[in-house]
Amino acid sequence: MYKYDTYDQAMVDARVAEFRDQARRRLEGKLTEDQFKPLRLMNGLYLQLHAYMLRVAIPYGTLNSAQMNALGDIADKYDRGYGHFTTRQNIQYNWIKLEDAADILEDLSKVEMHAIQTSGNCIRNISSDHFAGASHDELIDPRPYAELLRQWSSFHPEFTYLPRKFKICVIAAEKDRAAMRLHDIGIQIVEQNGEIGARFFVGGGMGRTPMVAPMIRDFVPLDQLITYAEACLRVYNRYGRRDNKYKARIKILVHELGKEEYTRQVEEEFAHLLDQGIEPPLAEIARITEYFADPAFEDGAKTVDRSDPDFALWVDRNTHRHKHDSYVSAVVSLKPVGGIPGDASGEQIRLMARLSKQYSFDELRIMHTQNVVLPHVKIEDLHALWTALDAADLGAPNMDTIEDMIACPGLDYCALANARSIPLAQRISERFDASGKTEKLGELKLKISGCINACGHHHAGHIGILGVDKKGKENYQLSLGGSEAEDVSLAKITGPGFDEDGVIEAVETVTDVYLAQKQGEERFLDTYRRIGMAPFKEALYG
Amino acid sequence: MVDSLGTSPDEVQFRFRDDEVADHGTVTVDACCDQTNATAVRIEPGDDARVLLPFVDRLALIEVNFPSFADGRGYSAARILREAGYTGELRAVGDVLIDQLSHMRRCGFDAFAPDTPLDEEDARRAFATWENVYQHAQDTSSGRRRTIVELRHE
Repeated sequence: MYKYDTYDQAMVDARVAEFRDQARRRLEGKLTEDQFKPLRLMNGLYLQLHAYMLRVAIPYGTLNSAQMNALGDIADKYDRGYGHFTTRQNIQYNWIKLEDAADILEDLSKVEMHAIQTSGNCIRNISSDHFAGASHDELIDPRPYAELLRQWSSFHPEFTYLPRKFKICVIAAEKDRAAMRLHDIGIQIVEQNGEIGARFFVGGGMGRTPMVAPMIRDFVPLDQLITYAEACLRVYNRYGRRDNKYKARIKILVHELGKEEYTRQVEEEFAHLLDQGIEPPLAEIARITEYFADPAFEDGAKTVDRSDPDFALWVDRNTHRHKHDSYVSAVVSLKPVGGIPGDASGEQIRLMARLSKQYSFDELRIMHTQNVVLPHVKIEDLHALWTALDAADLGAPNMDTIEDMIACPGLDYCALANARSIPLAQRISERFDASGKTEKLGELKLKISGCINACGHHHAGHIGILGVDKKGKENYQLSLGGSEAEDVSLAKITGPGFDEDGVIEAVETVTDVYLAQKQGEERFLDTYRRIGMAPFKEALYG
Repeated sequence: MVDSLGTSPDEVQFRFRDDEVADHGTVTVDACCDQTNATAVRIEPGDDARVLLPFVDRLALIEVNFPSFADGRGYSAARILREAGYTGELRAVGDVLIDQLSHMRRCGFDAFAPDTPLDEEDARRAFATWENVYQHAQDTSSGRRRTIVELRHE
């Protein structure tokens, strides 16, 4: 994976020094809270319900054991012993003191990490496929392009005060495991006539106005990638709405102008920028790509001993086919039954670090589904790995099941939330596990958001739950039929909302409808798409 | 200090030019397009900087107003003007704060007239924030400075 050179390290060190200076000026009263707020936000520091929250960037979700270890230590040293992995492949700490923030940033800089641009109206951490560089089905490893974009977007002088936040995702497989088309810019690395290039989708997003990004260019040559991205951003910076925070994302601009007009403006700006010489040379992509060379894979066993049914189930559910046939990518579930989705203790984080060193060439990934991946595990090591994970409550065999739900922090932590998400997630996983229904349901993506900002991706859930405030009471709206994958779609609301007990019953009801109507190997989503909303509505409200 | 459009020049606190300060008042972008003798203009966030491109040779001062530091349209306006070859004074006015200085400088601003005067020492540090930079911008295209990528591959 990528390693900082002296330039990268100097940039991060300069940022730590700058933040120390900003914090000093805030304490001396030279900065008002209004002036300080965007500065601390650009360093990932939010003021939440009970304390400051610090969000640490994990570029394209890739990290090594030393970095993971440092994240575990920060949980113990500065938080209450936990870290929370997020849908942006980052980690958040919920109990941070303002006076510790600069020290944490300094601890992070020692392992080539930072919290730069994890918040604020700027280009955020670049996301990618969590199986990048490991999966059997990708064209090439997309992470060198993500790293190129990371450097380009870090401290970009023109795009630091955009109308609103800006999220970019890069993948290189037909299968979309990163919700690519629900980003402000989604880039798919593709091959055309033997040449590698980038397909651009612009104007997707969730939030209160969910939209699937339309494709605006089917092929951008690799030696024009940054220039094209710069053109997309410049048009947005100039013409994105600034009169209303809720209409300021690029999806609204693309929607209001229309895809054709937005594209025309981008192409015009692009033609102009091509003459400005802003593109890094291809030698730079070659330099970065060297860091992502395959580790030294060795031939070994291709199958596991399935005599232990618990182990066999975990292998079936939680491993993904690798490009080398003696390896798999193993998913470490952070969704134990009744647990808080995405939470891990400092001890668990350090254990995953040790196991990555022992079994996965010193590499880990964070998934947008709030789990952790060991990308390169030898099939013959799987039993030893599973045994160690299971002993630490990290062995739940539930990837992509209803128990593997995404949930935002909700009203338990978040200052924006209208309703709690975590208790709902806990009760649903306990209930479906106890009844054994999880197994029968197979792949079923449940996503829970505690407010309309949709951090829990409810629009993209096969089943989505949105918590709202209804006359001072928590109320939950149910929606069906969303997908963040290559078959991307936005979920539709079933009808009137429910209270907490009611929405759990409603999830039970819609899954009953599915099991009764299911044909062949259909997933919940497939059945919904075939039979439509009516039978579900009838069962819920009829 | 709140300055009304087209009246007195703003109080310039930092200037990175050797030529004489243009001390005449600015006109609006619309007026500039109509008046063939105007040499100083002020751009508001909603103005299209490209409208001025036919006149960049006769202009000696372009002010870019930041009514709020959070409105970043002026950064694009600055780069567009410099990319088109404008060499006169490019002045950031309005809600200009310490932590925007280094980015503004990179986008081509060479004079700063903040509404509220800034601490000189803090500003000096802010202008020197980045020893090196990742992206191309006005400071690198004019050859004064090379990007990190160029330094890596020299």
